Formats: sequence, C-alpha cells, structure tokens
Amino acid sequence: MSGGMQEGRQIVASLEGVTKKYGEVTALRQVSLNVRAGELLALLGPNGAGKTTSVRLMLGLAKPLSGTVQVLGRDPRTTSARRRIGAMLQVAKVPETLKVKEHIDLFRSYYANPLSLRTTLEVAGLEGLENRLFGALSGGQKQRVLFALAICGNPDLLFLDEPTVGLDIATRHLIWQQIRTLVHQGRTVVLTTHYLEEVDALASRVVVLNHGAIVAEGTSAEIKSRTALRKIRCVTRLRPVDVESIPGIRDVSAHDGQMEIRTMQVEPVLRELFLLDPAITGLEVSNSTLEEAFLKIVEAKNVETKITGPGNQEAQKEMTA
Amino acid sequence: MSTQTIPATVPVSIGSVLRVYRTEAKYEFLKTLRQPAYVIPTLTFPLIFYVMFGIVFGGKQAIGAVNVATYLLATYSTFGVMGASLFGFAVGVAMERGYGWLQVKRASPMPPLAYFAAKAVMSTIFSAILVTGLYALGVAFGGVHLPVANFLALAGTVIAGSIVFCAMGLVIGCYAAPNAAPAVVNVLFLPMSFCSGLWLPLPMLPKLLQHAAQFLPPYHLAQLALRQVGFASSGAPWQHISALAAFTVVFLLLARRGFKRDDVSVNA
Repeated sequence: MSGGMQEGRQIVASLEGVTKKYGEVTALRQVSLNVRAGELLALLGPNGAGKTTSVRLMLGLAKPLSGTVQVLGRDPRTTSARRRIGAMLQVAKVPETLKVKEHIDLFRSYYANPLSLRTTLEVAGLEGLENRLFGALSGGQKQRVLFALAICGNPDLLFLDEPTVGLDIATRHLIWQQIRTLVHQGRTVVLTTHYLEEVDALASRVVVLNHGAIVAEGTSAEIKSRTALRKIRCVTRLRPVDVESIPGIRDVSAHDGQMEIRTMQVEPVLRELFLLDPAITGLEVSNSTLEEAFLKIVEAKNVETKITGPGNQEAQKEMTA
Repeated sequence: MSTQTIPATVPVSIGSVLRVYRTEAKYEFLKTLRQPAYVIPTLTFPLIFYVMFGIVFGGKQAIGAVNVATYLLATYSTFGVMGASLFGFAVGVAMERGYGWLQVKRASPMPPLAYFAAKAVMSTIFSAILVTGLYALGVAFGGVHLPVANFLALAGTVIAGSIVFCAMGLVIGCYAAPNAAPAVVNVLFLPMSFCSGLWLPLPMLPKLLQHAAQFLPPYHLAQLALRQVGFASSGAPWQHISALAAFTVVFLLLARRGFKRDDVSVNA
C-alpha cells in the first residue's frame, strides 16, 4: 500500500507533539503519530522504546505531560470513544476462576453492539473451550481469550499490545489470520511488536520507535528495503582501504584474510571487487537477517534519514543514493 | 467502511447501564465464590470464633441487659463483615491492579463505578450469609432470644456500616503489592478486631484499650450493632455514625490518590 493512499484517509487516532515521563524517565519525547482508518499500523521497537506507552496514551490509560492525544475525534478517556475501541494488553494475571464464556459475556455487556458469543469464540479460535475456567487454559489459549475480549465489542479501532508474545507458531499464525480478516472488514488496527516477522506479515505501515522517539516511518516495504543490507564475504589480498571507495558499500571489515562487506547493491560491488582482485576465493553472499537490519536502524545514533509523512519521496531518494 | 457508517454516539439507555452493573456483580460473585482462599476463612473463622468465645465459654453469663452470646452476636457480625469487605477489596483490587487486569477493564467502556459496586455487592452477599449463620448458631445453641426484626436491623446495620471497611480495603488494594496485600490485611484486621472489643466484650479488656478503641472504625460499628441487640452501648448513635463517615471519607480520598498514582507505576 503506498503512502499516498494512506494520506487521503480519515485520521482515527493521533498523538501530537506528545511527551510522556514516568518519574525521571522520559518514555516519549515530542512524538507525533497519526493512525488512519483501515490501516494496520505496527509500532516496532525494542523494549522500553515507548510502544506500550503510545498505546496506553491512545487508550486513555495515561496522560501526556505535554501534547494532545485524540481518538475518534475525542478524548480517549470518554466512554463514547471507548465503546468503539478494543484493546489487548499485556496482563500478568487474569482472574482464573471465571469461565471463558463468562469473561467474554462480561466484556460484551460493556458494548452497545457486540459480536455474538459464538462469533467471538470462532474468531478467537476458542470453540469447545467456552466452559473451561481461565486458570485451566494453556498459555496460548489464555492469550486467545485476551484477544477475544479485545474483539468481542465489535470495535472499529483495535489496539494489540504484543499480541503474540510467547505464543507457539500455530497460534501466532491463527491470530495473524484473524487480524488480517479484521482489517479486511475495514477495522483499524494498531499493533506493537518486536517481531519483524509479524510486521512483515501484517502491517501496511510501520513506525519504528527507539528511546521514546520515532526513528523511522514508512510502509512495510520501505522499511524493509531501507534495511535490506546484504553481506559479502571473501578471501582476498585487498585491504579495506582498497575497496572503501567502491560506491554502494556501507561498511567493510577484515580479519584473518577474510573480508566482510555490507551493501545493498551486491552485483555492482562484486563486479568492482573482481576487477580489483581476480584471485578472490571463498566467496559468500548472504542476506542480513531482518533482525540485524532492525538493530541497524535502532542503533544508528545519528539517524539522518527520518522517513516521515510527506517526506517519503525524499527518503526514497536517499535510500537509492 | 464500518468506521464511517457507525454513528458517532450510540445512545446509552438506563436499562443497558443497569445490565452492565448486574453482569459485573454477578461475575464478581461467581469469581469469588470459586476461590476457597476467600470463601473458607471469610465464612468459617467468625463462626468458629463465635462458637468458642460466644457459646462454649461465654454462654448464658449476663453482660448488661443481655447474655454474652447475644452481645458477641453483634460484635462477631461486625468482625465478619469486616473480614468479608477488607479481604474482598484489598486482595481483589491489589491483585487485579498489580497484575495488569484492571488496565484491561479501564481501557474498556466499563463504567468505573461498576467495578467497585460489584465488589461491594459481592461482600454484601457474603456478609449476609455469615451474619445469618451467626444468628442461627446463637439461637440454636447460645440462648439468644432476638426477634427476627431485630436481627434484620442488626444485619442491615453491620452491612451498611461495612462501607468503611470496603473503603479501607480499597486503600490497601491501591497501595499494596498483590502478594503483600493478604499479609497487610491480616496485620490490621486481627489486632484491630481485638482492640475494638469484637472478640471479647470491651468491658473485659484493660482500661487503656477501652480508651484506644474509639480511634478504630470497628469499635464504632460494633457500638451501633450492640444497640440493635438491646445492649446499652456507650455514646450516641450519631457520634458513631459521624466517626464512621469521617473514616470512610478519609479512606476514599486516600484510595483516590492511590488510584491516580497508578498511571505512574506501570513500566513503559
């Protein structure tokens, strides 16, 4: 999905110049963020980056020190806003002596136009478990109940804070599938995660947070290409200074006669390398993993390319430069 | 797209609000009923103590215009509702707040008051069961001759008065860590009961304790309860009622502060 398409859509939730502190710790620093109708926005970042804080602010569970938070055109703490929102948060312990269907029935009663119990059980993959006490469920099943509580109110806007953390692959894929269906139905989803795979599988747009600030923003594809560095390894008589001038090389290192080069343009770089040293051996080309790529973005202390809103083209230029 | 088609504000009928309160209370009660750690001590300890001190040891000895079993029916009723409310609120709120469950509820459209009202209803039901049990024991084995109308007045008094213990439990629930809350309640609950004359009639306790008792909420509720069983208690009812009201207001203010502090206590 292109940035241009997103631009035209209605804003359903926003942070505007928001700063949030917990005691002395600054959790968010002047963060501005728009969530647009129908998109699946992923907030990506390491622990403590400010993802959960952003969600808590948009849910009205925390107040910003400065800046404004709006959800569905209102203060997020109003009941009229909350009646159109569902939230799946990280909970250490859910009351264990209620049955699955009782938990769902209670949350359904809060909403004006909830899904039926059957539909809720179906969407969350809980059929056959409705009469189990929550305490008797497995970890994956418990997580699915929390998901059920988030969606049972038939919300337009859904917040999912690390929805698949600690889940087995089958359950994770089930939840992904259901999230896709929800987006397909026209709902808006804000998801926090530190799994890049999850972003890749679901998100139409990604905001990367680190130390309480946005360090990158764009479509899933943009973020990926921005970080799609590949690794060339070879044995050569060349020294790093000899190859540094080859265009497209991000960084180069050498030890024990092994050279390691990171670049986004493998083929042109290889051509140059062979020209400089036709006797290269032990050639190996690998994709750097998404994990590595992500760490690169986050660790980059001086982030010069901040891909924001209308600046997308500019960012594209910088990436291909 | 659903975002555009659903009206901005869905009208809220009184019926649907009542339904939320009812559902919340129903599940709060069911949830608690399935917790032996709450049900067993709450219901059995006051009954056992009453049998021991009120019926076996005290029996038909006279104290003022009534016998000891009748006197202690009033004070153990106070003791019982205090336990039901304190533990229900303190442990319940501390766990649900500390483990993040309350966040989920607060993010939902649940009316916040429904959460507390449900806990109050739950502790009221347990209190009613307990007070009825005490009365039945007293009438059957303790020589208690209390007309049902007076018993109902006693039950009404202690249950209405238990709001002070709900508020106190709320304070503990808002400040204590989940695993510390039961200990905190016990440390306050047991000495406070003894010093307020709930276990043994106050006139049997040292003078110093008798004076100190008036600084404890259960003392005031016990005095109102004693009046309902025909024991001429000390002090005018309005004095006790205002003392209880003052305690309640202070506790609620403290709880409100603790509740607001919650925003800060959760990690980013």
